[in-house]
Amino acid sequence: MGNTIIEKIIKKNTGLSEVKPGQIVTVHVDRVMIHDIFIPFVADKFEEMGFDRLWDPDKVVLIYDHLVPASAVEDIRHFKIGDAFVKKYGLTHVHRSDGICHQLMTEAGYAGPGDIVFGTDSHTTTYGCVGCFSSGIGYTEMASILGTGEMWVKVPETIKVVINGTLPANVSAKDVILRLIGDLRADGATYKALEITGSAVDAMSVASRMTISNMAVEAGAKCCLFRPDEKTCQYTGTDLSEVDWIYGDEDAQYCQLIEYQAEDLVPVCACPSQVDNIHPVSDLVGTKLDQVFIGSCTNGRLEDLAEAARILDGRQTACKLIITPASRKIYLEAIEAGYMEILARAGAIITQPGCGLCCGRAGGILTDGETVLATNNRNFLGRMGTSKVGIYLGSPATAAISAIYGEIREPL
Amino acid sequence: MEKFTGKVWVLGDDIDTDIIIPTEYLALPTVEDMKQYGFSPLRPELAGQIHEGDIIVAGKNFGCGSSREQAPEIIKALKVKCVIAKSYARIFFRNSINNGLLLIENSEIQDAVKEGDEITVTLGECIEHNGRTYPVASLPDNLMDILRAGGLVKAMQQRNGLHS
Repeated sequence: MGNTIIEKIIKKNTGLSEVKPGQIVTVHVDRVMIHDIFIPFVADKFEEMGFDRLWDPDKVVLIYDHLVPASAVEDIRHFKIGDAFVKKYGLTHVHRSDGICHQLMTEAGYAGPGDIVFGTDSHTTTYGCVGCFSSGIGYTEMASILGTGEMWVKVPETIKVVINGTLPANVSAKDVILRLIGDLRADGATYKALEITGSAVDAMSVASRMTISNMAVEAGAKCCLFRPDEKTCQYTGTDLSEVDWIYGDEDAQYCQLIEYQAEDLVPVCACPSQVDNIHPVSDLVGTKLDQVFIGSCTNGRLEDLAEAARILDGRQTACKLIITPASRKIYLEAIEAGYMEILARAGAIITQPGCGLCCGRAGGILTDGETVLATNNRNFLGRMGTSKVGIYLGSPATAAISAIYGEIREPL
Repeated sequence: MEKFTGKVWVLGDDIDTDIIIPTEYLALPTVEDMKQYGFSPLRPELAGQIHEGDIIVAGKNFGCGSSREQAPEIIKALKVKCVIAKSYARIFFRNSINNGLLLIENSEIQDAVKEGDEITVTLGECIEHNGRTYPVASLPDNLMDILRAGGLVKAMQQRNGLHS
């Protein structure tokens, strides 16, 4: 019998000749990511467990992003503890202001096709965009990996999602993943792997696939895998012949099959306050907005800023518009492409790359009774300010057109 | 088999980790400092009213959202005996076991209980409420090993020969 992508990756990693869903196996971890919020706790637990050295300092990446730049005095403690941990245990892969962890992990080449990577953040599922098995864990579990290089995992069942056809011009990867989450619901893929395939996916950039794998966790997924292709190889600097084993076999066993025809999809938003509360944008037109946010590890990439600039070129915003590129590299590319000037002239507030507003700590938090349309991945109560802020999640195109009118509009 | 009785607090479906502990409190130095804000976006009064040995009963997908381990730690710091939910989010489930917080999966009890009711749990066997019995499954051995050690830190300490 054939295997799904996740089964193949686990087989290769463990050397087992066969694995099946439900089986508990110990994997050798290829890379881990720790971010600034959790480094103090990871450091504590690591030493409390009795470890005195990392299993492999080269495999550990530390990224400051949630608290950069510090917006409260207590944030600085995280950097001090992180810096001390770096020095004491010899970490070499440290990013103190380069961007959001999930962008940097593939952008800087830390997570590649066929790898197994864990991070102290739920959106670690993002690296599945290049065919990497990546998933979020807590800091205690991270501390044990730092000491042992190993982790137990249950081999997940796989849901296969097939999207064939050509997406309408006003529908993006964000609309696709929101629709999928709405159909699966917030727990529809819990403990499971997603495998996304079809001609519409083949046509997508790696950046668009990243938007999908980033949000897969909002349906509970353990990981979300794409078959690496020429675009993946170009992005990751890999040779196709090294990764051509990463695909789901025709006769692999899937627990569920979901099919979409790309032409049938429409722009959608997740409405307050659940990511699976999905409605067509056409039903929401006219909803008044106090703020629009374009950015985050979900939609802060060059193609997202390009789309925003295309729509906002020569226009003026009617409400606050906050733009946060996902990394310094993207920030520079957007400057060079002229997008930042267009956005600034349209009235946008452009912030440094980081998590900022998306995790509700800084960069445009809101208060009771206010409404925001945002391109990030969560609209939970209290996520971007007080618990009485209404958060709609949508695509960069929906966000940009809505910023011009100060109310929700459907992109053309 | 361990058996205990507790008063229940009833919550709904999809109780996410931003509800259990909002991001704005995550930079407080300790879980003890954070615990007063537990569940505050949904029920600001709850953390102050929970007593030692109480039981949280919830719907499906409890603990969905971020990987913040403070979520199970706060429930433990509030001295909640266990959580009984229809289902759990994956990361929350792992984090709870790793911190020695007992989770029980049951699809019926949430619909049957009212807040303030008392229920009796017999581990690996059943929940009793108002004369009715609801069966519960036991956890896989590798997870029970971590729970029995008192969480992953203690399990690793044993591995590293710190103490038994």
